[in-house]
Amino acid sequence: MNPASLWRLSAASLAAHVRSGEVTAAEAVESGWGEPASAWERDVRAVVHHDAGARARAAAAVTRDRALSGVPVVVKDNLCTTDLPTTCGSRILSGYVAPYEATVIRRLRAAGAVVTAKGNMDEFAMGSSTEFSCYGPTRNPYDLALVPGGSSGGPAAAVAYGLAPVGLGSDTGGSVRQPAAFCGVYGLKPTYGRLSRYGLVAFGSSLDQVGIFARHAADVAITYAALAGPDPHDATTRTGAAPDVSGWDTGVNGLRFGWPANLWQEGVEPDVVAGLEESAAALERAGATRVAFEFLPGEYAVATYYLLATAEASSNLSRFDGVRYGFRHPDSPDVRALYVRSRSAGLGPEVQRRILLGTYALSAGYYDAYYLKAQRARTRIRHEYSQAFARCDVMLLPVAPTLPFALGAKIDDPLAMYLSDIFTIGANLAGIPGLSVPVGLTTGGLPRAVQLLGPEDSEPSLLRFARAIEIRGDARRLAPGHETEFAWPTKR
Amino acid sequence: MAYEAVIGLECHIQLSTRTKMFCACPVGFGAAANTHVCPVCLGLPGALPVVNRAAIDAAVRLGLALGCDVRGSSVFARKNYFYPDMPKNYQITQYDQPLCVGGALTIVIDGAERSFELTRIHAEEDTGKSSHPERLHDRRVSRVDFNRAGVPLLELVTEPRFHDPDECAVFLAALRRLVRWLGISDADMEKGHLRCDANVSLRPRGESRLGVKTELKNLNSIKGVGKGITAEIARQTRLLEAGDRVEQTTLLYDADHDRLVVMRSKESAHDYRYFPEPDLPVLAVSPAWVEDARSRLPELPWVREERLIAEHGLPVYDAAVLTEQREASDYFEAVAARVDAKLASNWVMTEVLRVLRERGWSFADWNAKVPPERLAGLLTRVASRELPGPLAKQAFGWLPDEEGDVATLLERHGVRVRASADDLLPLVLAVIDENPGPVEQVLAGRTQTFGFLVGQVMKKSGGQAVPQTVQELLRAELAKRGQAP
Amino acid sequence: MPIRREEVERIAELARLELAPERLERAAAELSRVLDFVAALDRLDLAGCEPSVFAPADASLREDVPDGDRLDAGRATAMAPSAEDGYFLVPPIVENLNP
Repeated sequence: MNPASLWRLSAASLAAHVRSGEVTAAEAVESGWGEPASAWERDVRAVVHHDAGARARAAAAVTRDRALSGVPVVVKDNLCTTDLPTTCGSRILSGYVAPYEATVIRRLRAAGAVVTAKGNMDEFAMGSSTEFSCYGPTRNPYDLALVPGGSSGGPAAAVAYGLAPVGLGSDTGGSVRQPAAFCGVYGLKPTYGRLSRYGLVAFGSSLDQVGIFARHAADVAITYAALAGPDPHDATTRTGAAPDVSGWDTGVNGLRFGWPANLWQEGVEPDVVAGLEESAAALERAGATRVAFEFLPGEYAVATYYLLATAEASSNLSRFDGVRYGFRHPDSPDVRALYVRSRSAGLGPEVQRRILLGTYALSAGYYDAYYLKAQRARTRIRHEYSQAFARCDVMLLPVAPTLPFALGAKIDDPLAMYLSDIFTIGANLAGIPGLSVPVGLTTGGLPRAVQLLGPEDSEPSLLRFARAIEIRGDARRLAPGHETEFAWPTKR
Repeated sequence: MAYEAVIGLECHIQLSTRTKMFCACPVGFGAAANTHVCPVCLGLPGALPVVNRAAIDAAVRLGLALGCDVRGSSVFARKNYFYPDMPKNYQITQYDQPLCVGGALTIVIDGAERSFELTRIHAEEDTGKSSHPERLHDRRVSRVDFNRAGVPLLELVTEPRFHDPDECAVFLAALRRLVRWLGISDADMEKGHLRCDANVSLRPRGESRLGVKTELKNLNSIKGVGKGITAEIARQTRLLEAGDRVEQTTLLYDADHDRLVVMRSKESAHDYRYFPEPDLPVLAVSPAWVEDARSRLPELPWVREERLIAEHGLPVYDAAVLTEQREASDYFEAVAARVDAKLASNWVMTEVLRVLRERGWSFADWNAKVPPERLAGLLTRVASRELPGPLAKQAFGWLPDEEGDVATLLERHGVRVRASADDLLPLVLAVIDENPGPVEQVLAGRTQTFGFLVGQVMKKSGGQAVPQTVQELLRAELAKRGQAP
Repeated sequence: MPIRREEVERIAELARLELAPERLERAAAELSRVLDFVAALDRLDLAGCEPSVFAPADASLREDVPDGDRLDAGRATAMAPSAEDGYFLVPPIVENLNP
């Protein structure tokens, strides 16, 4: 096995080679750090923290017989790790190293994987382009003038150019699915409560989920299986075993997919629609039935989200005050000055915008009109999804209304940025799982994607449908372990 | 113009669970600063709360003891405000859907029973502790310790039914007794286990509308509650009589100087932006849990008080003293199973409690050394007059420090009890011979001098004579010589 | 419904943020725009919709047993901007809200 080409392997293959002894954990872990990957990093800038020594030590400690033995993983910089800083793309956490690790990180290590880098992100996960990071933007590997999506743009891009076969992000309103789509990789947002949030720096507590990036559906499945399950440290995790995703390759014959075409009649780019049409055709070839219906337009979900997420965030981010950790303004003569100056200097403009909005939505006199109303709207939206899933096993719809947009294009228009989440936000409000599935490149070489949504605990179905799309509905390619070719970025 | 005070109390009870409300850090006193902390109670990024079942169970038992409606579903909420001793700058508490609603605590004041209604009881977490400013190197700083952050608290709110500071003080004492009785809190006010705030307003007598209320904080002793509220009533009265208005302020009571200090930060101006805690599910307390908790309630203190009076014939005073601590009445009943109840009560109230105070012992400490049977052994001899008062007290003094039954102890210390007539008659005769004057007086009818003669016999016996036997013998001898007293 | 700049100042103070005067106007305008957008919720039929209660209710409560998550002595203050003798240091707290 040529170490120089290890970086192209799927996680499943790589781990198999490590288990068999053909490849050492050290070789596997270092695979993405040589050429050509490191050349990509110079331009893409997906990584914000890494440490060769920590990597080597972790590789030396790998247990060889696990599902992800030796597999390098890039994780978003809002997941607590003890050997690398956790800074959430923010000045206010500059230099912070957590004294504990997130449960999902611990489970990755228990599965034999090695966290090799922290990925760039929009500050505190607030953004859809990874342009709001104090470290500067990450660029899309498929076109360096474009955004990789956000807020988990760093890990998405890193997986896309080959730094690691698996990445972890967080998805509050689409922050795993949308960058996955923009970077041509898979992005799974699990059912709320299936992956522990302990150690994930909170943005919107009732919406956040740790998400998984990978280049192959199989890798999403094995990573999910390694991470999912109840956690006594997180009271919002579901008790009982997580759904069994081992049947991800068993096809979709006889299953139904919803087709809410009213959602993309307007405002969605033709390439995105083409990707949907092709995917639907592939699924029908694979034996699934298309069920057309109308679905609630996404504006309501966006409005609901921007009240609830910001309200929760305004409270979650209060702990960043310069007292116990993080940045403290040097000129803090009294307690109020300490708070105000540290926070105003340490938190970026988009974060401050959302804190203001959330504080407003909760403040006396406005709680009923904003927060409470949004909680009621959320119930309505959940009900809409329940009704839809009475008629189909999964829904097929876009991830984002556009292809990746240019750096700087939406940065001055918060509302336009928020509306790019119009198809992803609903799943967070409903607590249901969503999977971004790459469907090739446009003629211009940019990634296209479609989104699958399903009811709670339908991750097994989502993966079966994703696999069917992955093999273009070609039943002859339906064999366990059969890997499809990944459409690597080429231009730099 | 006569004014009536209307007072409501808000009490915070620090629970004596082993771990904190939302994390498994130990709850304890005196640890080095910031050593009982973890990511959760330190408010580190990514940390999440998980509810302590034992803390909720304590709340359920308190609610049942007070006759509250214990809710099957209640909701934790965030109370948002910035303060250095707040690790998250929000406190997890309960807001509009608390665990317990209603209920009442009955107290005895001026010999009459009065029942004071409660509004609610809910569970929440305590804050850390910050110190007063001090000079450190070239600047002034305050220190913050988060050991206390996250410790479970129960907040108990009463309806505004008090009209007198004494009622408040007695109520607080009764609450303190109850939480100790249930074993849910040590309720040592000096250690801050039980804290009390009061809302005080005045209105003209006969008026039904409430006046402007002020909030009084830092009433951290039973006496302080009475004195602080008294001071505030006086302050408001002075204002109203001068034609001024009472402002809605928060005041701190300074017990050392018996004065009130207006707080500059306007708590009433805080907008706490309460919303349901998204990191915690709805708190479900099933009917089965409630019934199980009910079955684990001990006999409640006021029930036991009544029973001690009814079953053992104890006076009201005794029943009240013995039921100040559950262990005291447990102990008393074990002793009273073997000896006369009033005898047992006297000795427990006076002698045992005195020793506990002197030695700083708990009842458990005492019980380990002097189990009820041992004290009963002593008291049996007192009752049968085998052991006179002074000697009994002496023997009692040896019990906590020495092993062995009473007979063994007396022998070890070379103490003889002289109770037989044969033994004492010579002493009686000797005293009569040596004191002709007093004997004359007694025979002439001066009964007070009889006591003097008894005392002389006691002295001659070195305190070892049983007084009643001496009296009987002396009377008999004097009767032979003339008039019997 | 436009938000007045005094309103933004009040909200900012609650959040312990300070906006430069020139940014206050802009923040007010941005907030207003977003709030106008969320007014879309008024058009949604919410009959029979109670506020969402989200976290799954089957989570079990924690037993009252200390665990190993406690931070070792000194680690609590290891990341502190200012600490001494195991205490976090802050500017002087003149009035104690939580005695």
